[in-house]
Amino acid sequence: MPVVEYKVPENIDAAVSMLSNTQLSTKVMAGGTDLIIQSRAQSSDPLVVVDVKHIDSMMAAVIVDGGLNLGPSMSCAQFTARHDIKAIYPGLVEAAYLIGSTQVQGRSSIGGNLCNASPAADTIPALIANGAECVIQGPQGERIVAAEDFVTGVGQNCMAQGELLTRIQIAAPQANTSDAYLRFIPRTEMDIAVAGAAVSVTLDADGTCTAARVSIGAVATTALLVPDAAKALIGTKLDEAALAAAAAAATAASKPISDRRGTVEFRRHVVGVLTRRAAVIAAERAKEK
Amino acid sequence: MAKIHVNTSINGEVVEFLCEPHETLLDVLRNDLQLTGTKEGCASGDCGACSVTVNDALVCSCLVLGVEADGAEIGTIEGVSNKDQLHVIQQKFLEHAALQCGICTPGLVVSTKKLLEENPNPTEEEARYYLAGNLCRCTGYDKIIRAVLDAAETMRGAA
Ligand SMILES: Cc1cc2nc3c(=O)[nH]c(=O)nc-3n(C[C@H](O)[C@H](O)[C@H](O)COP(=O)(O)OP(=O)(O)OC[C@H]3O[C@@H](n4cnc5c(N)ncnc54)[C@H](O)[C@@H]3O)c2cc1C
Ligand code: FES
Ligand code: FES
Repeated sequence: MPVVEYKVPENIDAAVSMLSNTQLSTKVMAGGTDLIIQSRAQSSDPLVVVDVKHIDSMMAAVIVDGGLNLGPSMSCAQFTARHDIKAIYPGLVEAAYLIGSTQVQGRSSIGGNLCNASPAADTIPALIANGAECVIQGPQGERIVAAEDFVTGVGQNCMAQGELLTRIQIAAPQANTSDAYLRFIPRTEMDIAVAGAAVSVTLDADGTCTAARVSIGAVATTALLVPDAAKALIGTKLDEAALAAAAAAATAASKPISDRRGTVEFRRHVVGVLTRRAAVIAAERAKEK
Repeated sequence: MAKIHVNTSINGEVVEFLCEPHETLLDVLRNDLQLTGTKEGCASGDCGACSVTVNDALVCSCLVLGVEADGAEIGTIEGVSNKDQLHVIQQKFLEHAALQCGICTPGLVVSTKKLLEENPNPTEEEARYYLAGNLCRCTGYDKIIRAVLDAAETMRGAA
C-alpha cells in the first residue's frame, strides 16, 4: 500500500470527514512507526494518510480533577517526560517508556499503540489496568469504549471506517492507588514483549487491598483483563498466598502461542511471575502515596 | 502522482523541495538534497543510522514522510560541526577510535548531541539506554560509550 496522498486536517471534524468520504483506503497517521512500515508491505491498495498531529487536542495531555485526558497522538517522548502524569500513573508511563528506542519514542504514540492492536503492545495492559476509556468520534457522533473492549483481535480494533480515536480518559484514582507494568524480553532494551502484566491496586489505611485490576499482554490474541487475579488480591494484604493465587489466575487466563521467542509453557509461567511482581511494585507505590 | 511542495528548515537554513507522498525524509535528504551524511541501515526503525531531529525530537528519518517536514525544523549530521571545526562529540569519537566502518557514526553523533542537551551528565547506564536504538555492527560499543562520556565531561567543563 504505497502512500499516494497525504492530508493534514486542522480539527477533528475535518479529520472525520477525510476518513469517511473516501474511495481509497484511508488511514490515520500519528507517529507512523507502525503505519509507515506497514505501508511498504506488498499489496496493490494505494493508501491515503491523514496526519492528525496538527490537531492540538490530539497532541495534548491534561490532568483534570486528578484524572487524565490524553490526546492519543502525543509522542511517547513527551508523555514520559510529564512528571505530573508519572506521579499518578507510573505504570502507564513505564509502559510507554518501553516502546522501542529514544528515536521510536520521539514519534510513537499511545493511541497508535492501542489502535495498531498488536498482541504484544506494551501500553494496552497498562491502559486496561487503569480502567482507561477510549473516546471515538465518527460521522454518527461520539461513543466511548472501555480499553479492554477496544481491541478485537490481532491487528483489529472496534472502530469502523471514518472513526477516529480522539481521547483516552482515565478517571482520578482513589486515594492510595498506584500501578505498575512489567514485561519480559530476552534483551534489556529494544525488543517486543514475550509476556507482560499490568496491575493497579488500591490499599486502605492498614494496607489491605480494597480494589485491583490486572491485565496481561502478549499471551493471547489481545491483552486480557483478568478479574480472577484481581479477586485474589482484594481483601488481602498481598501476602504470599494472595500473590501466588493472583499469579495462578493470570497463568490460567493466558492463551499464548509458541514461537521462536517463547514457548506456551514459558509464557504461561512468566506471565504469572510478572503479575505477582507488578502487584508488589504497585502496592509499594500505593503505600507511598 | 503529483509531487508535493515542501517548505522546511534544515540545520537552520530555509530549504524547499518537491517529493512524492510515499518518500521518507531519509529518501529526500539523501536522494534529493544530497545530504548523504544521514545513513540508511535498515529502513525499519531498528538501527538508528538515519537519526535526525524534527522540531527537537530525536527520530528515525526512515519512519518520517518527507512531506511531514513542511513547516518543521530538521537537524542532521551536516549541522553538527561548525564549518571545518569538528564538534567535541566528533573529536572524541576520533580520539577514542569509536568507529570502524562509520555507517552508525552520524546517527550516533546526532543522538549523543541530543542526549547531552537533555542530560549533560549521564551515567554510563543512562547513556547506554538512551543510545540503545543506535546499533553498531563493528565496535562492540565500549569505545563509543567512552567517547560519549568523555565528550560529556569536556562539554561540561567548557560550559
Ligand atoms: C524499532 C521499533 C521498535 C518498537 N518497539 C515497540 C515496543 O517495544 N513495544 C510496543 O508496544 N510497540 C513497539 N513498536 C511499535 C510501535 O512503535 C508502537 O505500536 C507505537 O505506539 C505506534 O504508535 P504510532 O503513533 O507510531 O502509530 P501509527 O503508526 O501512526 O499508527 C498505528 C495504527 O493505528 C492507527 N491510528 C493511530 N492513531 C489513531 C487514532 N487516533 N485513531 C484511529 N486510528 C489511529 C493508524 O491508522 C495505524 O493503523 C516498535 C516499532 C519500531 C519501529
Ligand atoms: S535506517 Fe532508519 S532506523 Fe535503520
Ligand atoms: S562502525 Fe561500523 S556499524 Fe558502527
